Amino acid sequence: MRMSKIVRTGANLLYPFVIIFGLYVIMHGHLTPGGGFQGGAVVATAAALVIVAYSYEEVADIVRKVVMKAQESIGLLLFIGAGIAALIVGGPFFYNFLANSGLLFGMPVPPGPNPGDLNTAGVIPIMNVAVGIEVWGGLAIILLYMLSGLEKEGS
Amino acid sequence: MKKILTAAIFLVLAAGLCTIPIFLTFGQPAASDMDRYFIEQGQSQAATNNIVTSIVFDYRGFDTLGESIVLFTAVIGVGLMFRSLKGGEEYEDE
Repeated sequence: MRMSKIVRTGANLLYPFVIIFGLYVIMHGHLTPGGGFQGGAVVATAAALVIVAYSYEEVADIVRKVVMKAQESIGLLLFIGAGIAALIVGGPFFYNFLANSGLLFGMPVPPGPNPGDLNTAGVIPIMNVAVGIEVWGGLAIILLYMLSGLEKEGS
Repeated sequence: MKKILTAAIFLVLAAGLCTIPIFLTFGQPAASDMDRYFIEQGQSQAATNNIVTSIVFDYRGFDTLGESIVLFTAVIGVGLMFRSLKGGEEYEDE
């Protein structure tokens, strides 16, 4: 049950931009409104667009269940790992040990209003990416499961 | 009779909800010590311009961990339900 040619062409045109916008929202979560959850939902919307425009059998080779499951687990593990790494460094759980350290994402922020720098905020961008990967995989796997069940019921 | 009772209860509750904001002054929350602390210390402690993100992922990181686990559990539930609906034979289908 694929949609009409107009919908398919529109989906082909739009989905790269949706993915790029979602990745931008994830990566700039510590500077602009949004963050991991919102950006992950946007990227999962691109998967939903492709799945709705085409049939499940055509998309199942591209948006694969195994990859999405792995993404979800890796995202949650990375998030918990960023929390446990603070314990290893020496601090409380979820302590922001990379902030103001000069290492990765470790630039200090001048006080007051300023345009912002991507290389700031310590572990917050890492956690944003982790949550973004997790939400992306999670929402896409829910859609894939529901659509595959629908196909089985219909046939 | 039941419909009239439901409508009456709904009307009373809606009227109460609409009258509450009249007695509240706008823009004056009861306790503002915590948000003032976040606004003043957020840029130096969490090194973020986005105070909301610094609260969600740094000060209240444990809360976000719970949210992620809720999503993970929801996905596991959906997977189990649709696997049993399909007959429970296929384990790693693509």
